[in-house]
Amino acid sequence: MTRAATPGQTVGPFFGFALPFAGGAHLVPPGHPAAVQLTGRVLDGAGAPVPDALLEIWQPDADGSIAQHAGSVHRDGFTFTGWGRAATDNDGRYRFTTVRPGPVADGVPFIAMTIFARGLLDRLFTRVYLPGTADDTLLAALPPDRRRTLIAEDGDRQLRFDIRLQSPDETVFLRYPAAG
Amino acid sequence: MSAVAPSAAAVSTQAEISAEIAAIATEYERTGRAEIGPRLRYSPYRSSALRHPTKDLQHADPEAIELAGPVFGAQDVDPVEADLTIQHSGDPIGERMVVTGRVLDGAGRPIAGQLVEIWQANAAGRYIHKGDQHHAPIDPNFTGTGRCLTAADGSYRFVTIKPGPYPWRNHGNAWRPAHIHFSLFGTQFTQRLVTQMYFPGDPLFALDPIYQSVVDPHARELLLAAYDHNLTRPEEHTGYRWDIVLTGSGRTPFEPVQPR
Repeated sequence: MTRAATPGQTVGPFFGFALPFAGGAHLVPPGHPAAVQLTGRVLDGAGAPVPDALLEIWQPDADGSIAQHAGSVHRDGFTFTGWGRAATDNDGRYRFTTVRPGPVADGVPFIAMTIFARGLLDRLFTRVYLPGTADDTLLAALPPDRRRTLIAEDGDRQLRFDIRLQSPDETVFLRYPAAG
Repeated sequence: MSAVAPSAAAVSTQAEISAEIAAIATEYERTGRAEIGPRLRYSPYRSSALRHPTKDLQHADPEAIELAGPVFGAQDVDPVEADLTIQHSGDPIGERMVVTGRVLDGAGRPIAGQLVEIWQANAAGRYIHKGDQHHAPIDPNFTGTGRCLTAADGSYRFVTIKPGPYPWRNHGNAWRPAHIHFSLFGTQFTQRLVTQMYFPGDPLFALDPIYQSVVDPHARELLLAAYDHNLTRPEEHTGYRWDIVLTGSGRTPFEPVQPR
């Protein structure tokens, strides 16, 4: 039996008192020896910051293992759960503290990301690849100017990744086949 | 602050918005296609103008990490968080109600042990949020946020107050139908869903660009809870039932990922 999926609706402007939680953006503590800051801005079609967006990331650990541990919304400061959530600030900037994802099996590592915002009627999915990444099936299918939007830039213990919701250099957003 | 239209001169009337909604609905009927989700580009919702992607979404076959998802457990959520009426010293004002249902995958199988988050306005249609300037009272006994984990059969249950409709600044005299925001996780990253639950028979449905952004009328009905008198309890609360179906089967033959 196949059931029709419930449609999405915008997260709206008022999620700020409900969805963000203490430590949500820290997949590892900032003092973790392998910690990097994943940061960037969410920008609209006019290049203006989006101050009311919410981002979630889900990624393998540095060794490529996929965490299946509880505790993402009540962190113990020790367990890597692989998942985090961060709202953008008034400048449209988000900041996660995490580790560089390792390759799962022989795959190319990336961080899976979900984007919600007021004005965005359904969530968007994308991937954050590491600087200098090899091509995987997705990257190989994209022309160079589109491929570039999915690859983070290196900083000092930073991965920089902007999300452009709409523009000539708009971020590549993903559609997964409906059947899992 | 954040919901202001581009400029005062550009504020549309409800009649103009309704005409746009009707034109898109007519065009959709003509296509004969069945669209499941909301349109990302939907001009009656003014804030979407600069926030919708213009390029087609890129097909991606999910990789191993996307075929898994975060796991939540008892330490994440306290059971009392499912009752939005007991978060303060006094009783909130409004119609006490229960909303319950099941979270299912596309094959109708229950999604067990996953996080459900809700947020909503109070009975007067006011959010506890500095951006909400609606001239309606804040209820000191109602915050309007709740969380729970789904049971083994995929079921969730919240006790809350029926939210009121509220005005917003999309266009002149714009009002949102009463709704509760829901945030849901499946067993796969790809199943993530944020949506809104509505109440049957709301007179604001036809006027609301967010509800109407789901252009398929059958798909829109999936956003409606059903009043269920079997859930209603004398002297206690009314009852509404709403099932939520996530995309996909949540399982694959080659990558069985289940919470441990």
